[in-house]
Amino acid sequence: MQDNTFELGGKRLSSRLFIGTGKYASDSMIPDVCRSTGACVITVALRRVDFNAITDNVMQHIPSHMQLMPNTSGARTADEAIRIARLARATGCGNWIKIEVITDNKYLLPDGYQTAKATEVLTKEGFAVFPYINPDLYVARDLVNAGAVAIMPLGAPIGTNRGLRTEEMIHILIDDINLPIIVDAGIGKPSHACQAMEAGADACLVNTAIATSEDPILMGKAFAEAVRAGRHAFLAKSGGTSQLAQASSPLTGFIQNNEGLS
Amino acid sequence: MSFFPVYEQYKNMGIENIISDINQHSVLRSLNKNILTIEDFAALISPSALPFLEQIAQKSHDITRRNFGNTIQLFTPMYLSNYCNNRCLYCGFNRDTQIERYQMSLDEIDNEARVIASTGLKHILILTGDAPKKASISYLKSCCDVLKQYFSSISIEIYALDKKGYEDLIQSGVDGLTIYQETYNTDLYDNLHPTGPKKNYQFRMDAPQCGAEAGMRNVTIGTLLGLDDWRKDILFTALHASWLENHYPETEISIALPRIRPYYGYYQPEHQVTDQDMVQMIVAIRLFLPRCGITISTRENESFRNNILKLGVTKMSAGSSTAVGGHSLSNTQHNQFEISDTRTVEQMVLFLEQNNIQPVFKDWERF
Repeated sequence: MQDNTFELGGKRLSSRLFIGTGKYASDSMIPDVCRSTGACVITVALRRVDFNAITDNVMQHIPSHMQLMPNTSGARTADEAIRIARLARATGCGNWIKIEVITDNKYLLPDGYQTAKATEVLTKEGFAVFPYINPDLYVARDLVNAGAVAIMPLGAPIGTNRGLRTEEMIHILIDDINLPIIVDAGIGKPSHACQAMEAGADACLVNTAIATSEDPILMGKAFAEAVRAGRHAFLAKSGGTSQLAQASSPLTGFIQNNEGLS
Repeated sequence: MSFFPVYEQYKNMGIENIISDINQHSVLRSLNKNILTIEDFAALISPSALPFLEQIAQKSHDITRRNFGNTIQLFTPMYLSNYCNNRCLYCGFNRDTQIERYQMSLDEIDNEARVIASTGLKHILILTGDAPKKASISYLKSCCDVLKQYFSSISIEIYALDKKGYEDLIQSGVDGLTIYQETYNTDLYDNLHPTGPKKNYQFRMDAPQCGAEAGMRNVTIGTLLGLDDWRKDILFTALHASWLENHYPETEISIALPRIRPYYGYYQPEHQVTDQDMVQMIVAIRLFLPRCGITISTRENESFRNNILKLGVTKMSAGSSTAVGGHSLSNTQHNQFEISDTRTVEQMVLFLEQNNIQPVFKDWERF
């Protein structure tokens, strides 16, 4: 089955791998990473952007064809996230906004309640809202009702590279939530991204694992291939797995044999 | 609620003996854990950990890179006033020191800010002595009104305040607080601060939590390394930081590691803190507090700063002056202490970039 593009927030996208802009040794790597990943969506923390910078500015390294997904990193409340989103739009970053509201700096886990509040306000203002959450079904349902464009559940705490620790919960969201599911945070290796896509996630957002690798350009390519492979595996519908072996001489085979004899 | 009872509980345990009794087996066990306790931290700063320093450093590097990336946040201090009512024996602004006292006017602050901002820096740390009638809250609020035009983040390193005092300054645009306990040895603290408001040990100890309660986004604590046995002071610093992290999860907690430097005076530190000691404490902090900021100032020399960049440090001052109006006033004021890394911001940025580390100028905005 062909699956070269997909639609999200009113845009047709040619890659299911989304990337970030943080943690690079140099922002000048970003164009090469965009190329090697083939990504067309990139998230950027507004708090780090200095539109009047006399020094280097991350925005000047983002290729013009990329779909910007500004994020509200640093927001501790819904109000702060809302203010950051409005500033993003006012400064020409478009109407996509990834809501990050984190009230715990020790674990950097998102606050579902504040995120839902911000989402409700911003969707009414015409933003395409991408909320970053713990994979919690009830929060996800609130976000659907609030008008979110997609749900972005974490695979593991941000920056940990520990993979899909929340896999079972993400499966529930994939099954139950009728919005695109974009797995964000915790993905440390291409195989993790592949696993998420095989399970039916619509896309993955990967930053730390690419930005902090020894070769971000090559790692970006590896992630792109893993995301594609995972998506293809999902579409191909794998044969499924079983805890039990399929015996070549089944114990119940005699039933059919006996019936055949009678 | 205060950190003080927790501090007293550990103080009475005989920390020195606990640290000196730790064996290499305990160190290895702590090194291999993902979530460390304060007892694990004690193991990592113990003399028994020295044979494993490289392994601890490698782990510290990995954790730092995962959590903070290949980046260093840059800032610089701006000294507003050197009037002081304290007699801290180790400080160049000690009220008994015969230096010219000066407090910048708002126009002078505007000039100083313009000069600093022209280097690209967006985070500023403003400092005063302990003279609330002179460098008053009202004065500081006016200063912030000026500084907000140039900097996206303003932190303070001033006399200890209560929650209300910090709330007033947050209203004016301050988002970060740096306050040093200087030493967690109460007897030594008493001797080092013969008179003055700073003599109140517990009021100072409660200041970081007052700042966090008031809504500071960042709170940085630390001791002046060299006043007491560094192992004791850093253990209490880490315990204090951990307590703050647990009680104020909305606040980013950092530890600064200033090593005592010469100043215009005569105080000689009793305890030596070697480069190896500094490395051991940096990497141990990173393993114990994976998301804690670690700040190294220009007190340290260029070579040392260059070599510790990848160990766990997340913030560095650059292009610093420790004199009032040191960037723009023509008449030279006395320094609080001598700086050691005299590189300009531009030179520092160049060095970082050449070593594949991104200098971060801006990490917050008053939205």
